[in-house]
Amino acid sequence: MAHPLIDGAEPGDVIALVGPNGAGKSTLLRRLAAEHQPDVGLVFQDRLLFPHMTALDNVAFGLRHAGLRKHDARQQAREWLERLHVADLAARKPDALSGGEAQRVAVARALARRPRVLLLDEPFAAVDVEAAAVVRAVIRAEAAGRVTVLVTHQPLDVLALANKVAVMEAGEITQTGTVDDVRTRPRSPWIARMVGVNLLKGTATAHGIVVNGTTVAALTDVRGEAFAVVHPRAVTLSNEQPHTSARNAWPGRLADVDIELDRVRVRVQGAVDLVAEITPAAYSELTPTVWASVKATEVEVYPA
Amino acid sequence: MRRLAVGIPAAIAVALIALPLAALLARTPWSTLGEHVTSSTARQALFISLQTSFGALAVCLVLGLPLAWVLARSTAPGRHLLRALVLVPMVLPPVVGGAALLFAFGRNGVIPLRLSFTTAGAVLAGAFVALPFLVLALEAGLRQLDPRYEDAAAVLGAGPWSRFRHITLPQLAPALVAGSVLAWARALGEFGATITFAGNLPGETQTLPLAVYVALQSDRDAALALSTVLLGTAVAMIVALRGRWLTR
Repeated sequence: MAHPLIDGAEPGDVIALVGPNGAGKSTLLRRLAAEHQPDVGLVFQDRLLFPHMTALDNVAFGLRHAGLRKHDARQQAREWLERLHVADLAARKPDALSGGEAQRVAVARALARRPRVLLLDEPFAAVDVEAAAVVRAVIRAEAAGRVTVLVTHQPLDVLALANKVAVMEAGEITQTGTVDDVRTRPRSPWIARMVGVNLLKGTATAHGIVVNGTTVAALTDVRGEAFAVVHPRAVTLSNEQPHTSARNAWPGRLADVDIELDRVRVRVQGAVDLVAEITPAAYSELTPTVWASVKATEVEVYPA
Repeated sequence: MRRLAVGIPAAIAVALIALPLAALLARTPWSTLGEHVTSSTARQALFISLQTSFGALAVCLVLGLPLAWVLARSTAPGRHLLRALVLVPMVLPPVVGGAALLFAFGRNGVIPLRLSFTTAGAVLAGAFVALPFLVLALEAGLRQLDPRYEDAAAVLGAGPWSRFRHITLPQLAPALVAGSVLAWARALGEFGATITFAGNLPGETQTLPLAVYVALQSDRDAALALSTVLLGTAVAMIVALRGRWLTR
């Protein structure tokens, strides 16, 4: 019986399988590989190129087992190596390849059999920028007509490659949907962190959503168990109690700070914990105790 | 002082090995070597030796590779006992092994195959003492293999035989060669188990080591000549192993 992740997919779908370490993503890929045998390609996290074969023979191996004659298998294998810009390394053994080169050979090996299901386990981990770009381009170009499942930890891969996302936590798939669904309506703290938004869980009422006894004002028709998303850029921080139209304002203490070149992400601990994204200039003027405020229109409520 | 304390016993150890070999070479009748080596007794013994040693190696390969596989991959609770059992012929006095074979497969044995005092019996005696050498080498080789390469081959459409032939076997080749050489040399040199179980019948079970033993009592020059041939074989073996597999 096929797994619903593949069963519910359309040809052409690129599904990003994301989740915390140890959630069982690699195990699921192996299960999918076994279920879709022989019409499947799998790029292992450690690539697992056969150490006693050249790059060319590694790619030709799968073609030979698809019934091609030796000459044809090698010919096609060479073409795949060319597509991944590693044809000049055809005669090398895997121990003479860099991580990025080996990854490109591994992708060529998996794609050469033209599988209906292509599974990639962290294809961009431990790979140089150039190799990652080549592999991304080939995966995108080859997505048509097949279902591609991509395990990744990088939000960039999700945005650049995937049209769907499946979130896996503790061995279970906890959410599936389009990239936009998952970005705007995350259903677990982990995926909310990955897409970089604040996720609140509580009870929706006529006034908004009640989170741990605090009512967060929102405009919503949802009632009962609900999630709410607040984008960090929608959170305003000030040293004094704000006199703006924002209906949500709480005092809090600055906690974890993540400073980047053009922005600062800071967690404010108060009645409702929120991450705010502000400019470095604004951050430099803050005192340790601040007021966090959010407009009711910036609180997006949806059923749990 | 300390240098001498180490150096003197080390030198004696070297002499212990080198002196008898040198004596053997010194006494070898080089001028009549060809004659002795091509005598009918010697030719017969050489033929039986080749037949039984390669026969024993073949038996070891056919049975030892699956056994090594079980020892390397199995997680069954009895595998440690099994490995200990496989090692027994290595430490058992060969004559005891020969006697055990006699009671197992001889005329009145538990399984009366009547193999005693036949060429097949000499093969069996060689296989008995050589098997642990091959199994140990292969088991170590198998343990160094990453079984995930076989998974990768399976995903690429390779069946069990193809995975063994194209993935496992090539990676196992160094261990296979080293183990085969050791096992073959052990079978070639076997004396005690062979003479006890298979006897010393010229043209049937009299191998080179047995011929040397017999010749020592009647024709010393012939014994020396045959010994030199065996010594040459042993040296060639070590050179082959060192050059290809031992100095990696």
